[in-house]
Amino acid sequence: MAETADDRAWFERSVLSVLPELLGTARRLAKHREDAEDLAAEAISRAWLHRDSLRERDRFAGWILRILTNLFLSRRRAEGARPEETDLEDEAEFSLFERLHQPFLLWWSSPEQEFLDRLLREDLVRAIDALPERFRIVVVLADVQGLAYAEIAGSLGVPIGTVRSRLARGRALLQQALWEQACDAGLRHHRSEGRPEHA
Amino acid sequence: MSDPMPISCDEALRLLAAYLDDELHAGAQEGVERHLEVCRSCFSRAEFERRLKGEIHRLGREEIPPSFEQRVRALLGSFTTDPQT
Repeated sequence: MAETADDRAWFERSVLSVLPELLGTARRLAKHREDAEDLAAEAISRAWLHRDSLRERDRFAGWILRILTNLFLSRRRAEGARPEETDLEDEAEFSLFERLHQPFLLWWSSPEQEFLDRLLREDLVRAIDALPERFRIVVVLADVQGLAYAEIAGSLGVPIGTVRSRLARGRALLQQALWEQACDAGLRHHRSEGRPEHA
Repeated sequence: MSDPMPISCDEALRLLAAYLDDELHAGAQEGVERHLEVCRSCFSRAEFERRLKGEIHRLGREEIPPSFEQRVRALLGSFTTDPQT
């Protein structure tokens, strides 16, 4: 296919418009800034090389995010990364919502709303970054990228049931970490100020 | 069309994650929806999980450092000068 100035302009425009998502996803997968930037840059290079395989240009964002994800996963495989062998595959039980409804917090009329109103981006980043890798990847693919279970299973080469159990466990560990962070920050001693409106 | 069988709180909570992920078949999806319409406790739980999921989704966007934007622009410029590589 002959390249035209329009094609190149389209590619550049598309990359720049999706850059915050590309870097955000790379940060959640690779964790460290330099690694994430290298990953995003390599995904852009690959996307350029394989641009003819994108049939519908309005699907550019999903397409290049898929390239980035596959690149990350293949790098991890090449590095010989093995998922942490722990007994964490058990079904998750921890529920942040239930913890927030313990009697000592009931002087908040809506503790879960209060909690989310106080939740900071860096709290969430810290909790996700701390997840064991096999759970973190599934949480990122499902909740950050919004991929379907079948797509995640295909990318990881695992059955859908494994995706479900890792996602449940990953989300539970994430909520547990958020709860522990909140307790460390003095959740029990905070007073509600300016209670938010809610439906 | 007949109404789906009512489901219990335990069943609704068991299906909640897949419901919020849009991974249930139509009948189960409708069953959970009907339950959430009449159960305030499960509705609150579902709203909490939905909002937390939304907060996590927002982590997928990152502010672009000027140095990285420069790097990307230089990379894109290199494609322009030699589009076959």
